[in-house]
Formats: sequence, C-alpha cells, structure tokens
Amino acid sequence: MARQEKKKDVVIVGLGWTGSIAGIELAQEGLDIVALERGHDQSTVPNFEYPQQIDELKYGVRLKMMQKPSQQTVTVRRNDGERALPYRSLGSFLPGNGVGGAGTHWNGLNWRPQEVEMRLRSYVEETFGEQIIPEGMNLADYPVSYDELEPFFTQFEKVAGISGYAGNLNGEIREGGNPFEGWRSEDFPMPPLPTTYDSAKFQEAAKAMGYHPFPASAGIASTSYVNPYGMQMGPCNFCGFCERYGCYQYSKSSPQTAILGALKRMPNFEYRTGSEVLRVELAEDGKTATGVTYWDEAAQEEVFQPADIVILSSYQLNNVHLMLLSGLGEAYNPLTGEGTLGKNYAYQMNGGVSMFFKDAEFNPFVGHGANGMVIDDFSISQNDFGAEGFIGGSYWRSGTFNGQPIRNMPLPKGTPSWGAGWKEGIGEWYGHAMSIGSHGSHMAYANNHLDLDPTYTDRHGRPLMRMTFNWQDNDLKMNQFMKSKMEPLAASMNPDIMQAGFKDIGAQYDVRPYQTTHNTGGHIMAENAQEGAVNRYSQTFKAHNVFAMGAGNFVQNTQYNPTGLVGGLAYHTVHAIRTQYLSNPRPLV
Amino acid sequence: MTDLPGYPSRRGFLKASAAGVALSGLAASASAQEAPAPVSLDQYEREYLSADEWAFVMAATARLIPSEGDGPGAIEARVPVFIDRQLASDYGTADDWYMESPHDAAAEPARGWQTPLTPAEVYRQAIPAFDAWCQETHGAAFADLSPEQQDASLTSLQNGDVALANELREFWGLLLSNTKEGYFADPQYGGNQGMQSWVYIGFPGARAAYREWPERHNVKYPLGPVSISGERA
Ligand SMILES: Cc1cc2nc3c(=O)[nH]c(=O)nc-3n(C[C@H](O)[C@H](O)[C@H](O)COP(=O)(O)OP(=O)(O)OC[C@H]3O[C@@H](n4cnc5c(N)ncnc54)[C@H](O)[C@@H]3O)c2cc1C
Ligand code: SF4
Repeated sequence: MARQEKKKDVVIVGLGWTGSIAGIELAQEGLDIVALERGHDQSTVPNFEYPQQIDELKYGVRLKMMQKPSQQTVTVRRNDGERALPYRSLGSFLPGNGVGGAGTHWNGLNWRPQEVEMRLRSYVEETFGEQIIPEGMNLADYPVSYDELEPFFTQFEKVAGISGYAGNLNGEIREGGNPFEGWRSEDFPMPPLPTTYDSAKFQEAAKAMGYHPFPASAGIASTSYVNPYGMQMGPCNFCGFCERYGCYQYSKSSPQTAILGALKRMPNFEYRTGSEVLRVELAEDGKTATGVTYWDEAAQEEVFQPADIVILSSYQLNNVHLMLLSGLGEAYNPLTGEGTLGKNYAYQMNGGVSMFFKDAEFNPFVGHGANGMVIDDFSISQNDFGAEGFIGGSYWRSGTFNGQPIRNMPLPKGTPSWGAGWKEGIGEWYGHAMSIGSHGSHMAYANNHLDLDPTYTDRHGRPLMRMTFNWQDNDLKMNQFMKSKMEPLAASMNPDIMQAGFKDIGAQYDVRPYQTTHNTGGHIMAENAQEGAVNRYSQTFKAHNVFAMGAGNFVQNTQYNPTGLVGGLAYHTVHAIRTQYLSNPRPLV
Repeated sequence: MTDLPGYPSRRGFLKASAAGVALSGLAASASAQEAPAPVSLDQYEREYLSADEWAFVMAATARLIPSEGDGPGAIEARVPVFIDRQLASDYGTADDWYMESPHDAAAEPARGWQTPLTPAEVYRQAIPAFDAWCQETHGAAFADLSPEQQDASLTSLQNGDVALANELREFWGLLLSNTKEGYFADPQYGGNQGMQSWVYIGFPGARAAYREWPERHNVKYPLGPVSISGERA
C-alpha cells in the first residue's frame, strides 16, 4: 500500500512556469500548497554558476538539463498504419526536467497571439469562406478571446520581465513597434535590447522592401528591474549561452528569477523534488479527484498525496499522458471524432535562409536566446489565405543567439562534411554567416493525435504515450510561401552565398533534428465536453477540481512561440480559481 | 572613457573596421599562457577502447580532421582521448536514453536511434566489421591503409556502401559527430587541446560576457578563448 501524506488544499504537478504561477497566486490566497516536481532542485546559484554552466557539450549537446528518455518518453509514428517506435534519444523536441522546467533553458522569445488567432475558425469562415478549410483540419476558435486575456498577458509580461516596444498601445499604432500585434494596455516593462549587426542588416533590408521591422520581445532583461513579486533582474550581457542553459546572472526570465524566490519564502508553500506523479486519483463518483499518487525517488516508493485541488502543470506531453492514464476524459478517436484526450496535437512549421558574407564580422557568440529584429508582415492576419491556398502565417527573425561551434557551424552547400575541405570551410566561414528564420503556425488535424502505446512501457510499467504526427500540405505550403518571399529579401542584402532550408511539400516528420519544443494540444480548451478536455478556465470537464495548464490547451498552434499564451492562460485560470472557484467549488461553465 | 588593461580601446573601434587585425595581435600577446603538456597519445591510459580500437580511432579521426592546412587536426586536438572518455561515460552507455525492447534496427533513419546497442557497443562491434571490409576491399585493416585509401574507405562508409548490420548503421554518424564534439568541446573532456580549434575559428570559449559588444557592428572580437578551468590561449 502506498504511503499517505497529510492532506493539502492544493497539489501542483510540475514546477515550471505554469506550476510556479499557480503556486504563488494560490499561496497568496492562504491555501496550503505542495508542488511535486519529478526532477532535481535547481537555482541560479549554485546550479547555473559561471563558468560551469558555459559548457556546450554537457548542456547543449548531451542535454543535461532536459527530460531523460530513460525516465519518460513517447513513441512516434507518422500515420495510423505505421508501427510507433520510441523517441529513444532527444532530437526534435526537448522537454524540461527539474525545478523551473523548460522555463530555465528556453530562449525567452515571448509573444502574444494575434487577435484573429484566438478566433481562427470564425475569422477564416467570415473572411474567406468555410470551403477553404482543408478536409481533416480541425480548425477551431479558442473559447476565450484576446480581449478577455489581455490583462493576463500584461500580468505575465510584468512578472516574467519582458523587454520590447509596444506597436499597438490601446489601439494607437506606434512607429518602431509591431503594427500587427494585438492591442496592449501598457508598454513592455523594459525597453528593447540593443541590436547586433545581423539584426541591423536585416532591419535595413526589410525596411527597404517596405516591411515593418521591430525588436523581438524578449524574456531577457535589458535594464535593472523589479517585478510585482519583488523579484530582481539585471541586464543581460549577451553571453551566448542562453537557449538550453540556465542564466548565470539573473537576466533571463525564468520561474527562478521571476517567481520561485518569492514563492519559496511563503510558509504555506512546500515543494518536493524527485517526486514523479504517476496518476491522478478520482473519487468513487468519478466527478472529482481525491489527490495524486507519486513516485518518491529517494524512498523508492509510491505515495498518495490527498488534496482538494489538483493542478496539472507538467508540460503539454506529460499532462496529456497523465490524463490518459488517469481517465480524465476519453481518448480521442480520429475515425469517429469522439473522445477529447490527445486531440489536436500540433507543432510548429519553421524554415530559414542562411547568408554568407566573406568580409562581415558577425561575432555569432554575442547574443541571447531571443535576440533579433523581427517582421510580422507575413503573419496570419496579413496573409490572403484564399489567394495563397493555405491557412497560417509566420514571423521572421534575424539575430545571433548561439555561436557555439559544435552545433552552430553553418557552411555553404557543397562544403565537405569532413576532411581537409571541412577544416578549411570552418576557418573561412565561422563568424561570417547570418540567417533569417521563419517561425510558423501549425494547424491541428484529425490524424495528428496522442494516445497510449500498446507495446512500450516506462520504468513504472505504465504505457508510454504514442504520438501520431506528420506534416500536412497546408503547413508545408505556408512554409514554401515564406521561402518565396524570404529569398528575394535575403538576395537584396547581397550576400556572397545564400541558401534556403525550408521543408518541401511531401516532407515526412523526422524525429532527429531539433525543431522546437512547442508541442501543443492534446487537452484542448473548448466550449463543451464533446469538443475538448478543458473549459475556458483550463478546468477539466471530467473533474471540476482538476485544472490542466500549459500548451496542451491550444486548439491549434499559433505562429509564435507559445509561452506568452501559456502564461496568459495560466493567469486567467488562477484568477478564476481565486474569484469564482474557491468560494463555491463547481464546474465553472 | 576608461580603457581596461588587455582590453581593446573603445576609441579604436570607432575608427575603422581594419582595427580588428591589429587588435587580435594585441590580445594574443596580452594573454599568451603556458599550459602543462599532457601525456603523449601513445602513453595515454585508455578508459574504454581496446588497443585495436584505439588504433582505429586514431587513424580515422586523423583523416576526418587532418593535420595538414591551417588549424589543428584531430590528433593535435587530442580528439581520440575525448572519444575514449565519452565512450566510458554515461553517454557511451546510453544511461539517459530509452533502451527498452522491442527494437527495430531496420527502421528508416528519420525515426531516430533504434538499435539495441549503446554508442559504446556500436563502436565495439562496428570497428572490426569495418576493418574486415577494408581488408577485403583494400587489403589491410583501416589503420594500415594509405591516407588515400583511408579517405576512400571513409567515403564508402559515409555513403552506406559498407554493408554493416542495421544495428551498426549509426556508426558513421557517431564517429563524425563525436570527432567534431571532441574538436570543439571544452578541453576538460580531453579534446580541443590548448583550445586550438577555438583559436583557429575565433570562438572565445567560456568568456560569456559581451555587454559592450552588441552594437560594435562589423568589428572582429579581439580576445582569445578561455576555458571552464580558466586556461587562456
Ligand atoms: C530549448 C527550448 C527553447 C524554448 N524556447 C522558447 C521560446 O523562446 N519562447 C517560448 O515561448 N517558449 C519556448 N520554449 C517552450 C517553453 O519552455 C514552454 O512553453 C514552457 O516552459 C512551458 O511551461 P510549462 O509550465 O507548461 O512546462 P515546463 O516549464 O516544462 O514545466 C513542467 C515541469 O513539470 C515537471 N514534470 C513533468 N512530468 C511530471 C510528473 N509526472 N510529475 C512531477 N513533475 C513532472 C517537469 O520536470 C517540469 O519541471 C522552449 C523550450 C525549450 C525546451
Ligand atoms: S544571454 Fe543574457 S539572459 Fe541569456 S543566459 Fe546569457 S546573460 Fe543570461
């Protein structure tokens, strides 16, 4: 029999961004809270200390901050007819592990969705007609609007400490910002960061073509800053070891720098590491949860943690897995469209152009994860889907963020991959290349979904989650459209050599190269229990005292990096818990 | 405006981009430092590789990143030491990876690592298999071939023309990526001896502090690298 712990008001599963937000906001209500984190404890000091953190092999290549597949992984197949095989070593996406979650080693590119992305199905139907929606695409509206979320986006940006320049301040379009963004009630809490050479070149070229470049909004401090929880950040020094690393100097916004220091001081908050939640336990009536069972790594035993409220904040993939294992909904069946868990798994569609300039000095090691100039001229609200034959869009960015030579050694096509020619190539080209990236939307489809694997199990004997995923023509067409627009811009910069890397129509999903850790959907939000797993407040339809946070809520992916929306939704959810649920626990809609 | 010792003058940058050439000379002389010489490769005590495997890794990496031309080769950078130590570590034994059965080693490469073998086991089984192929095709084990024959053999391996069992299919990819890792990783892992590869391409290693640099456009960064243990080159 499992050991039993003392009952808590709230149990939080996973202590990344969303778990930390839930922790501090509910602790402020005076609730007795425990957070269970599967991984190890980690703080800026001593875990991210200079110079031990500046180790490309350990963190950049061997991925020592990430989830270990031996601990947890998924199986992958590209269609229902293929046999799913385990994602045995990390490649395509890199889930986080340990206190702070992926929020410790993310890039810090912080975006809000566009207004139309929150109501994409309606926008498409109203503007272009329903007939342009391809068969099999599960295009949907979010059950919550941009306007409703605006105060929560603002709150997340203040807490995380985002640097940037508002392009749309209460409806006023401002020169130098993003003219296509949703309205903001306030400017960013910090001004934009300085601009590196590649960004400046891109900015100039984009302007000359009539586009609207602006500095990327970044979860990277540009000045000294104190956030609403009293947490302090200091300006980034462009150390170049940002993505995949913890920040050694309190500059990157992370749960550690923004929330955890304040949260850990609260007497009604406790967290336990080495505590992997195995399932949510449902009451006999099946309508509420009684708590969670977790694996205590130190004691090597199962523990039952009773609680009145369960917050699932263990990252999209882990949340869906836990929900499937716990019966927090029915698994989605792509043939009948029934069931909701695992539905609308979506990802991101990226491409880019590299440019080589013999005589330019880019110093690629000078940068931060979210460095760069950006344009949104080919974003969802700007593209004519009817004319172009796809639904979607992307933002483009240029900015150095990683000059680490094992992983970042762009060479002109035709350079040998080894031998004397390779050695000559690296000597000639390192530091003389820049790139523009296209970061694109990804729609949801009936045949891209998650369920439990029939063959493979994890170290606790539970079935692994199975991912059925492949690229679809719609998104590949969008990518090819970006290529057709980006190549002329790149050529206008007169590089000595340039080359494009965009997936072609027919491309198959390859689990090896890193793409993004922007896995979305699977416990999507919806108006009703037939369409999704959670309601507008991320409350599960199955058990009203279980809330599931994170990008699992996304009905389809936006064209942006997800965390701005993830953070906004998390604040929206805790606000509802504080103002509506605690006084009268019930299904909120 | 204060100029720091060993740090290039800000005034210098404002003048011209040609300043970079002179500045790198300045930086090199200000920071040159002697590191103790490590034991020679033939006296190195191996942690994982057998004598034959070591001979293969020495010979193969010497062709993957040859000594001729500008910049260090894999041997000067002590890449074989790096590979030996990595294979003896939790990387070689795939501790972090999901290695449960059943395995489908014949699966399409896009489906990722599907062999039941760990990286260390792939080396152990693939080296004799590749050597046997070299023997059959070129008349000697890889280490005993001429450089031209070695290059031809490696090209065959890269192109998939050497019939290796599916379980060993990742061998080429491992060998090449481990060689480049050893070339560019921090010297604490046994390769990148003296940070020569960083000096060669102009990567400052673990400096990781460039507060003044974002807006110095088209000016070459002048300082040589530092390592995690504090060496300078
Ligand atoms: C390399 C990288 C770069 C990224 N860059 C960006 C970017 O620039 N912009 C952006 O918007 N997003 C980026 N992301 C994504 C971003 O990190 C995530 O959107 C965000 O961290 C999600 O927050 P979360 O709270 O849902 O999950 P996480 O932050 O991942 O936290 C989940 C936590 O739950 C724990 N956990 C998992 N399972 C269990 C269990 N069973 N029991 C107990 N604990 C468990 C995990 O160990 C982890 O600590 C990046 C991600 C990666 C990996
Ligand atoms: S680039 Fe800046 S924010 Fe990123 S890790 Fe370095 S100092 Fe921190």
